[in-house]
Amino acid sequence: ALPHLPALWSNTRKTHSLQDLRQQASIAAKVFVQRDYTTGTICQFQTKFPSELETRIDKQQFEETIRTLNNLYAEAEKLGGRSYLEGCLACVTAYTIFLCMETHYEKVLKKIAKYIQEQNDKIYAPRGLLLTDPIERGLRVVEITIFEDQSNGRIEGR
Amino acid sequence: MHLGVSESMREREYSQISTRSSTPMESPHQKRVLRKKWQAFPGQNKFYCDGRIMMARQTGVFYLTLVLILVTSGLFFAFDCPFLASALSPAIPAVGGVLFVFVMGTLLRTSFSDPGVLPRATPDEAADLERQIDVANGSSSGGFRPPPRTKEVLINGQTVKLKYCFTCKIFRPPRASHCSLCDNCVERFDHHCPWVGNCVGRRNYRFFYMFILSLSFLTIFIFAFVITHVILRSQSSGFLTALKDSPASVLEVVVCFFSVWSIVGLSGFHTYLISSNQTTNEDIKGSWSSKRGKDNYNPYSYGNIFTNCCAALCSPLPPSLIDRRGFIQPDTPQPAPPTNGITMYGATQSQSHMCDQDQCIQSTKFVLQAAATPLLQSEPVMMSDEPSLPGRTSLGAACASLPLGQPTPPTSTPSLSCDADLLPLQGNHVEGQHHFLTPEEAPSPPGMLHCGSPMGQGHPHGHAPGHGVPFYSPASQDSLHEDSVRGLVKLSSV
Repeated sequence: ALPHLPALWSNTRKTHSLQDLRQQASIAAKVFVQRDYTTGTICQFQTKFPSELETRIDKQQFEETIRTLNNLYAEAEKLGGRSYLEGCLACVTAYTIFLCMETHYEKVLKKIAKYIQEQNDKIYAPRGLLLTDPIERGLRVVEITIFEDQSNGRIEGR
Repeated sequence: MHLGVSESMREREYSQISTRSSTPMESPHQKRVLRKKWQAFPGQNKFYCDGRIMMARQTGVFYLTLVLILVTSGLFFAFDCPFLASALSPAIPAVGGVLFVFVMGTLLRTSFSDPGVLPRATPDEAADLERQIDVANGSSSGGFRPPPRTKEVLINGQTVKLKYCFTCKIFRPPRASHCSLCDNCVERFDHHCPWVGNCVGRRNYRFFYMFILSLSFLTIFIFAFVITHVILRSQSSGFLTALKDSPASVLEVVVCFFSVWSIVGLSGFHTYLISSNQTTNEDIKGSWSSKRGKDNYNPYSYGNIFTNCCAALCSPLPPSLIDRRGFIQPDTPQPAPPTNGITMYGATQSQSHMCDQDQCIQSTKFVLQAAATPLLQSEPVMMSDEPSLPGRTSLGAACASLPLGQPTPPTSTPSLSCDADLLPLQGNHVEGQHHFLTPEEAPSPPGMLHCGSPMGQGHPHGHAPGHGVPFYSPASQDSLHEDSVRGLVKLSSV
């Protein structure tokens, strides 16, 4: 359905930088999945399925992605024995330990980045969609870019 | 008023035009030299060491803090420790040294780190939000007062109102607040501390707490041992001779004596805040106090003191959301109109961000501040949901209640703060920290008149008698706009 894009994804396996994609496929619309604050200040995103994506992807698929992301972020901010140990150790070393060690949160963020890339490759790119890692948007939104359907020249997703 | 508006409009146009014309010129420039994100940061922060260090704009008081700590500790180690080490134990300088290192470490960490600044919305996001708000509000509700931009969320059974930040173009997460001094929204905003020269928010609250705690210990330590030193000396040679032999001790005792009350009080206050999982901001506004309603409780508290303390101090440290040292990619969405490379984090930026309403409000504020101030203070423009805070002189609160000087007349107005959620300044004395800002900024274009907010808490000059605190913490810009107009009408009728 989208001649250019699959080749594009394989070339840009390393970095899904938006400007590369934008140069070669035009953006039809952007959808923003906002934060869900019902459980407090913890980073969670709304699982409500945006109407603009109805023609492009399954509701279940989308919800699965968001739910996994939410679980990962919950893991990043989880209070438990491990985080306490890390906190105390850091305090005792006057926080200099973070010069050589990565924080738990950062480790999980890396996991999230990998997950998003994988989702883009397998599920979203073939459908002309692109997920942007929320960390690039200050953890405010999950930005989903909808690309033009080039096969028949129609602009979808509007 | 017209002059103010047209002037600021002209300036806005100027920056828009320069933006448009400079963009094609900028990209070849950027291809040659990629700028880092901190150089185009839209807030009022200062960056050092290529973006590694981030502080507020006014850092004078921070240097004072540094000097006080360094000089007092230096004198202690130089003059009192040799005697104490030999007379009592060498453990004394050792413990003192450890405390001193810890104090300096935590101070620098608090001052230099990102407090949890929320990056501003990209243009696409902002447009999308605006669309959603317009849809939600429906067609114009008639009258010149559009509905306030708030969202209500149910958190753990408690209804929390999320406010829309006009500067950052986002709905603020719960517990976030916009710091007018730094012109940023900060997550879990506690307060802006001039003594550390930075905001205290989610990412550096634990460092701040450790700083004041260790500083309390250090102050008490130095105080106790300097007194011991003088007493021991005077046992052998008499009191006056002892003082003459170690003159530094007098200075140390004086500094420590005056600091100990405020620092220890502050530590106590923050210990209470941590154990109840509240921020200074929330405590001042009484957001979760039972006085607001029987069912009012803190939805963020974990229920027991131990968990609250662990959550505040030992929770995973979230990363900085603003990526200061990354390179600006050409064509990526920038939240603010790009600078023309001249001003980095400069004054004109704040103006170009403002929407028309902000412009009007700012210029109105400008006029009102210049006008007779007593009239305003009787104007009960405070939003009804703000509690009237009975004369708070809470010394132990926010940042050190050491008097910073008398408030200057123009700035003692209850200012029209642009964005909601004023800084939680407490006590009369803390007003001083804003006063040296506003007079400087008053002559400049309205963009700088951020929240110069002596909240007038505990202000004894009889402001707004029935309300206690004549500050503006509007639920929306729009109601503020209307109120400013009302204020103007009242002025003109005098």
